[in-house]
Amino acid sequence: MPKRTDIDKVMVIGSGPIVIGQAAEFDYAGTQACRALREEGVSVVLVNSNPATIMTDTEIADRVYIEPLTIEFLESIIARERPEGLLPTLGGQTGLNTATQLAKAGILDKYDIQLLGTPLSAIARAEDRELFKQTMEEIGEPIPDSAIVTTVAAAEEFAERIGYPLIVRPAYTLGGTGGGIAGDIHSLRNTTTRGLTLSMINQVLLERCVTGWKEIEYEVMRDGADNCITVCNMENLDPMGIHTGDSIVVAPSQTLSDKEYQLLRSASLNIIRALKIEGGCNVQLALDPESMDYYVIEVNPRVSRSSALASKATGYPIARVAAKIAIGLRLDEIPNAVTQKTLACFEPALDYIVVKIPRFPFDKFVNSDRTVGTQMKATGEVMSIDRSFESGLMKALRSLEIGVYGLRLKGAELWSEMELEEKLRKATDERIFVVAEAFRRGWQIREIHEQSAIDYWFLEKIEKLIIMESRLRDLRLEDLTPDLLLEAKTMGFNDHHLGELTGLKETVIRARRKEFAIGPVYKMVDTCAAEFEAETPYFYSCYEMEDE
Amino acid sequence: MKAILALSDGTIYRGISIGVGGTTIGEVVFNTSMTGYQEILTDPSYRGQIVALTYPLIGNYGVNADDMESSQPQVSGFVVKELCDSPSNFRSAATGQDFLERHQIVGIQGIDVRALTKKIRVHGVMMSALSTEHTAAELMELVENAPSYDQIDFVRRVSCQQAYQWDRDETHRGGQWSMEFFAANRVVVLDYGVKFNILRSLRSRGCEVIVMPCTSTLEEMLRWEPTGVLLSNGPGDPSLLEYAITNIRNMIEYSQERYLPIMGICLGNQLLGTAFGGTTYKLKFGHRGANHPVKDLATGRVYITSQNHGYALADEGLPSEVEVSHINLNDHTVEGLRHKRLPIFSVQYHPEASPGPRDNSYLFDHFVQLMSAHPAS
Repeated sequence: MPKRTDIDKVMVIGSGPIVIGQAAEFDYAGTQACRALREEGVSVVLVNSNPATIMTDTEIADRVYIEPLTIEFLESIIARERPEGLLPTLGGQTGLNTATQLAKAGILDKYDIQLLGTPLSAIARAEDRELFKQTMEEIGEPIPDSAIVTTVAAAEEFAERIGYPLIVRPAYTLGGTGGGIAGDIHSLRNTTTRGLTLSMINQVLLERCVTGWKEIEYEVMRDGADNCITVCNMENLDPMGIHTGDSIVVAPSQTLSDKEYQLLRSASLNIIRALKIEGGCNVQLALDPESMDYYVIEVNPRVSRSSALASKATGYPIARVAAKIAIGLRLDEIPNAVTQKTLACFEPALDYIVVKIPRFPFDKFVNSDRTVGTQMKATGEVMSIDRSFESGLMKALRSLEIGVYGLRLKGAELWSEMELEEKLRKATDERIFVVAEAFRRGWQIREIHEQSAIDYWFLEKIEKLIIMESRLRDLRLEDLTPDLLLEAKTMGFNDHHLGELTGLKETVIRARRKEFAIGPVYKMVDTCAAEFEAETPYFYSCYEMEDE
Repeated sequence: MKAILALSDGTIYRGISIGVGGTTIGEVVFNTSMTGYQEILTDPSYRGQIVALTYPLIGNYGVNADDMESSQPQVSGFVVKELCDSPSNFRSAATGQDFLERHQIVGIQGIDVRALTKKIRVHGVMMSALSTEHTAAELMELVENAPSYDQIDFVRRVSCQQAYQWDRDETHRGGQWSMEFFAANRVVVLDYGVKFNILRSLRSRGCEVIVMPCTSTLEEMLRWEPTGVLLSNGPGDPSLLEYAITNIRNMIEYSQERYLPIMGICLGNQLLGTAFGGTTYKLKFGHRGANHPVKDLATGRVYITSQNHGYALADEGLPSEVEVSHINLNDHTVEGLRHKRLPIFSVQYHPEASPGPRDNSYLFDHFVQLMSAHPAS
């Protein structure tokens, strides 16, 4: 299926202002998509209300409009530009909602504009709770017991039948705004009332809470010929109960056997096929840590924050490929931009681990509630790549630029044991440091697991970092042997942090390292684990043998 | 304990021993799957090979009794970046180290597996030695004097010695099988190194499964009155297996007269192609991973496949009655054959997955449909 010839001009809706619950990822996706469309000779009209973006640079699109994203303004732009197509799936929820409104208002029909990529009916099937539930039931994919309510009374009735805790999610909102976990009738009343007000269609979903289950995501792509691939999967270190945007996330999954990996992969492909999505989609699943039971939690029928992460994590340009699919190309007609020899129709093989840590704005909003839950509070995220989880985690922590160089948070030693336990159970943005502090104080791994529900695999790794910390503490220079230094560097301790721990100067550590010729090398992110030569790769540092 | 991996081109990698101490020799290959190390370790197609996994964190979810693809690990040696010593998964029954040790597998961790992979990509697969006992110089000598992987018939070593019935019951998730599939389809599986999941895939589709040694003759097979024959996966160079090729030729001849569906997988595809008159050749570094795109030439559809093969079938020399049905999108090699008139087909990849994507299990459905479509029944 070659590129459609009836589409010469496409309008792309940007994501509007950057708000809490959304980072700059839609700018990244939108920019990629505009470039991909222009590569195919399509003229791009971009509309965004936010001028502080890359996509509104004049060289990204053929025409750039910086106007409010309301249907009135959009209609006047449409009337003037007369695009043949509209691509709404790259501007996050804002773009998608705006396109839905344009269609409902009859503007798309009036100007004979085709909605490209995923059809609106598919978007509705993914976003409308009742339709989604129906679709999942039809294809036999399990979803948690749930009910759609439009009144508080109906919410109470459901709670009486199912019990607590329940998750409350308003329909059609950004980053789960207005949602929460209700543990009793009072919080249920509060959250439902708030959710009903915030939802664009005054709907709230109540759902059995699977808090503590593994939270796994798959990024999937589908083209118009029904070819499907998964770009990658991701595992949340913070299990179900904490919004994935507020969770520490690794790619690929670490604690899933092939049976579990394939079970959830097949489910994700099943879902993208049933929803008839053309382009990218993100599937969130909850997996019971004690069985093969799983639930489909949510589907984002568009390029999302997670897909931006998956893109950078794998080297697979999801937005670019989604844009090409939208204008009729098939996955096997799109080249892999990194290898340039293979095609976009494959699944990236990673030979490294990616660690994402959310960045919270609590240094600016000092008085706000720092607990994290089902409503996203992070305003950004950092991502690191390395050969082990330990070093990836340490790298990402440093990248947060919150003044930490490792797992040590200033003031953590002042927490009382009660505070520590409370912070473990009721997660805040500082939970990773809380876990570290608990290990430092000699807590058993089982106790930490019971309080936090974080998988043992991650806890073991954090414990290893703490053990290394203690081995390094107050060390004399001559005790810092080449083997120990290399081990610490391989685990991700930087020179500054080594200085803090040993009490030696950072410059002394660096000199010692140079003396033993211990330094990082750089390896490629090439989408294929070195199986093919890469033409346009990017690099990450690690302590290995070969420098690329 | 330290360990050394020495390649025939003189490259030496120094790391830490995993599994047991000792010395082993084999062809060094890499696999890019991110999950499924237990299935890879126990896949008989890896006999004679030292397998390196490109994903750096291996052993995270331990090993268990259900993820075996044969009764024991089959690899000659195992190479990883990091073997997890404290796995976490509800099915985990032992650590990777316990498993390797119990089955006397020599392995190495802590080497730059990406550097090794690039070496193999550029120079091709090569013989290598892995040891905790010898010096690098001694290992080089061992590698030089070792018989080449391509000259050894590994199939005879991994095949069963006697026919047996696979009767482990499998429940099929989804359960959309109608009763007609439970009609007595009896499949004879020629065991060239069969993976258990091929047998499970047939069993879960209601077939009676008889596994027979690789050297079985057509007469011996017909005694079971099979409704279909499956040619399994297996290790090594297909051109060494004259006995198997002759037997398959007899099968094809027989099927001209009598309805007998035949399905080939991996080595089975190569043997079938050779029996039809085609030839095989060795790939530079093979296809081993869970992400290979394969195109069905009849429908244009692309499938993500699980692969493990070092040889490929040339697309020349096949009779006009046999067509190439699938090709690999990365390098355009032959990925499947279809007989235009007879119910015979084969694929180079692994519809049984395990490890890898399950997208191709419909090929077993197709095989069962062919058997059920027996004109006489």
